[in-house]
Amino acid sequence: MARITLDHLAHAYGPNPQGPQDYALKEIDHVWRQGGAYALLGPSGCGKSTLLNIISGLVVPTRGRILFDDRDVTTVPTEGRNIAQVFQFPVVYDTMTVRENLAFPLKNRRVAPATIRSRVEEIAGLLDLTRVLDRRANNLTADMKQKISLGRGLVRPDVAAILFDEPLTVIDPHLKWQLRSTLKELHRKLDLTMIYVTHDQTEALTFADTVVVMHDGAVVQTGTPDELFERPAHTFVGHFIGSPGMNLLPAEVRGATATIEGHAIPLARHYPDLPKGKRIELGVRPEYVHLTPKGLGKGFTLPVQVRRIDDIGRQRLARVELGGRPLVATVAEGQSLDGTEAALTLDPRQIHIYADGALVPGEAA
Amino acid sequence: MTLILESVTKRVGPETHIRDVSLALPKGSLNVLLGQTLAGKTTLMRLMAGLEAPSEGRILADGKDVTGLPVQRRNVAMVYQQFINYPSLSVYENIASPMRVAGVARAEIEARVQEAAALLRLAPYLKRKPLELSGGQQQRTAIARALCKRADLVLMDEPLANLDYKLREELREELPRIFAATGAIFVYATTEPAEALMLGGRTATLHQGRVTQVGPTPDVYRRPDDLITAKVFSDPPLNTLSVLKAGGRVTLPTGGQVRATGTLATVPDGAYTIGFRAHHLALDPLPVEAIALPATVSVAEITGSESFVHIDAGESRLIALVAGVRRLEPGTAVTAWLDPRHALVFDAAGRTAAFDLPAAA
Amino acid sequence: MTKTVNQKAWLLVLPVFAVVAFSAVLPLMTVVNYSVQDTFGNNQFFWNGLGWFQELLDPTSQFGERFFDSLWRNLLFSAIILAIEVPLGIAVALSMPREGRSVAFCLVLMALPLLIPWNVVGTIWQVFARSDIGLLGSFLNRIGIDYNYAGSALAAWVTIVTMDVWHWTSLVALLCYAGLKSIPDAYYQAARIDGASQWAIFRTIQLPKMRRVLLIAVLLRFMDSFMIYTEPFVLTGGGPGNATTFLSIDLVKLALGQFDLGRAAAMSLVYNLIILSVCWVFYTVMTNVDAGNRTVLTESDPADAAAAAGSLPQATTIPLDRRAA
Repeated sequence: MARITLDHLAHAYGPNPQGPQDYALKEIDHVWRQGGAYALLGPSGCGKSTLLNIISGLVVPTRGRILFDDRDVTTVPTEGRNIAQVFQFPVVYDTMTVRENLAFPLKNRRVAPATIRSRVEEIAGLLDLTRVLDRRANNLTADMKQKISLGRGLVRPDVAAILFDEPLTVIDPHLKWQLRSTLKELHRKLDLTMIYVTHDQTEALTFADTVVVMHDGAVVQTGTPDELFERPAHTFVGHFIGSPGMNLLPAEVRGATATIEGHAIPLARHYPDLPKGKRIELGVRPEYVHLTPKGLGKGFTLPVQVRRIDDIGRQRLARVELGGRPLVATVAEGQSLDGTEAALTLDPRQIHIYADGALVPGEAA
Repeated sequence: MTLILESVTKRVGPETHIRDVSLALPKGSLNVLLGQTLAGKTTLMRLMAGLEAPSEGRILADGKDVTGLPVQRRNVAMVYQQFINYPSLSVYENIASPMRVAGVARAEIEARVQEAAALLRLAPYLKRKPLELSGGQQQRTAIARALCKRADLVLMDEPLANLDYKLREELREELPRIFAATGAIFVYATTEPAEALMLGGRTATLHQGRVTQVGPTPDVYRRPDDLITAKVFSDPPLNTLSVLKAGGRVTLPTGGQVRATGTLATVPDGAYTIGFRAHHLALDPLPVEAIALPATVSVAEITGSESFVHIDAGESRLIALVAGVRRLEPGTAVTAWLDPRHALVFDAAGRTAAFDLPAAA
Repeated sequence: MTKTVNQKAWLLVLPVFAVVAFSAVLPLMTVVNYSVQDTFGNNQFFWNGLGWFQELLDPTSQFGERFFDSLWRNLLFSAIILAIEVPLGIAVALSMPREGRSVAFCLVLMALPLLIPWNVVGTIWQVFARSDIGLLGSFLNRIGIDYNYAGSALAAWVTIVTMDVWHWTSLVALLCYAGLKSIPDAYYQAARIDGASQWAIFRTIQLPKMRRVLLIAVLLRFMDSFMIYTEPFVLTGGGPGNATTFLSIDLVKLALGQFDLGRAAAMSLVYNLIILSVCWVFYTVMTNVDAGNRTVLTESDPADAAAAAGSLPQATTIPLDRRAA
């Protein structure tokens, strides 16, 4: 059990980092509370694996310290850190049974056999592995093997944190749901700090209480799933979270009105002093942009040309153009549309304004 | 070219990998093979390509029997899950390689490479080596090579599985456009229902080596022929309940009884399994006469604008996809509401007895 | 079945058949022919039936005794070099660097003995171990160890075994190294997290992952050592006495020294059969190991299985190799 403090951490793989471009992980300063469920989310090469390796002790950071509770573990090797890790590809000891796999970390630490037995049975029960305890681990399916890897971490009573490195990569979609909810239930039951690294926003958002979005070696936003969704602090977060991502359109903003290709859009907040010379963009999520037949939308509407409508099962997504600028809108179930001319309705409260990618808070109108 | 599979079966030793599959793939069509790992997708593609010969059945290309014809003698291109490129060749040469083998004229190669590079947004990287590119660009290179070959049949075996989520989304959106521009037969294998829906076209669902249904993608999704197809084509997993219909009333596994409405009104008395997708299960009362299920929350997962709420109703674990952020503590008692118009009804043998009625606009 | 099988592929295999026929089948037939006859020179042959074979397999006969002596000697030799080279090869492989510049250097160094022609290896050691001028031999004698491989059976054995270990341990090491390299880093990380000692890592991760290559190494080294000829022939010529006369050396003595073609033919056929059967045993063991490693789909969703049972013939199991990564 531990609180994890990242104290001005930064890491460069080269020997003499000069500027920020040399850092694979730019300075990060965070405290992760004991018992929290965190996700590190970002595309490949964003530095999330470097950070994970620093936490697990495989990499010693170039600068800064890492503390578990009040203990400085910056240079402590992996085996001295009381962490457990579940890897992208299942790691099980092929020649052992499931029971021996689960007992392995305890046996290595010379725990009494009777304690091992009861602990293994307890964890197996928790992970629904009791039925297969005496089977060879080698012959099980990928999701079972991932549970075994997790179980090897959980059997240790002293485990400080569990790290997950894209653990669902090789799991079939329908089993992902089960495994993910198992993880979540475990997190509630066991009060462990869990850190989950992934490029998959659905996994990150559903798993974590707090998601740390990383881009280009830096943390761009830390927040709850709904904060990241409703108020992305950066256009990158807007784009990266949500499927499809946020619509971003170059706009001119004056007071409480945005203008896109000659179309004026009223805003819920006003922006009296936007920084000069910066790229101003309007951001709005497809979920808050609805397509209606021309002339039928209630309230404020914008005229658009429909390029394509995709039926993705539970909803339809329309690819439309507003004055030549592409954007994505949702089409309500049962809504019928003809031709290429349609109207957009959008919720002014869900529109955000960005200057050079950063969210401009604006003032209440 | 039109490719037809007639009752194709593939056995390897004592195991049957593909059983009795018949499919017709018309020219210019986009065909999705949807099924879990090991459903037989890869084997089926290998049979189509001629990498393997079927144990039984025939394969016809434009009416001509090509059953035993090896892959070299067919005009086939394949894209794999792994990014397979020649590491020592530039992106340009990678794309050009099959045409060089085929002895295409230099000017023609240049034209086709440029065309494919433009289509796949690779034009700025043509001089680079594949390993200097991102995963997405590497896979685009492999796809460009497959397209340039002007193959009659392009087979893609989970081509996006190894890519980052966002890159996957981007390519998924572009692929239908790219496919439409070529006129070849595309076959695309995936484990993900969402991917099938995004790609559109036609979908064949596979389960344990059998094709359970073929048709336009949204139709297979909305009107599955049987329970297996509905399960294969659901993500989150299909919610199911066993019910008993007698005399216009339906007994639920949770104990309650409701009036048989919606799809349940259209079937004769008997025992059924009803299946419904996560977004058709609500946690707020619906404006229509709905089936109420008392349940307890097991886990709530929040995705930002929506929440997946896993609930236990009687013996069944169900998943509801509801709008907004719902922070529900585990153990909370809730009532789940199911619009009976959206319930898929399956008989005792797992065949569909009634499906989703179109909702009133 | 309307499958049209392409028969042209056989044409491509034809040259191989021709070569094998001339280089193996025809000579073998000649040997079989010799093995059932007796000859006194002048190309005169007399039918002897299975006489040579009976004599060969009867340890009380002179010929049989000689054969079994060579056979035991040969088996002992194989056992000794396997007992040394396999653990040593594993140890060397484990101590080789896994990445960095030194990898290439190590690999080249290891490959060097393998590149030297066998008779040269014999000659090198013949000179190296000579008690008068050889570096090793004269050194041992100078520090008071009475060492003469031409005179003492023990010295001859030690020399031949050392030579073989020097020559072939790198093959075992290289094979093991390849096996070790295929283990993903995650395994080592997981083991460290699980608090495993070096020995536990070796036993639970490295050894199981090396099992396949080890089997190959053992097979190769057994066959090679069982057929060893050139090096001991160059070094000791089978002596002193018959101390290092292995099967192949004995065979040559019999066939080309004594020109006893009938006996030699019978002996070489039996020799051949022994090698073939050992090969078969190894092959069977190896394929069984592979089959054991195959993942079997055992845990499917019970609900799915029930549904499937309703409308489908039950469970097709498809090999899972594709699932693994």
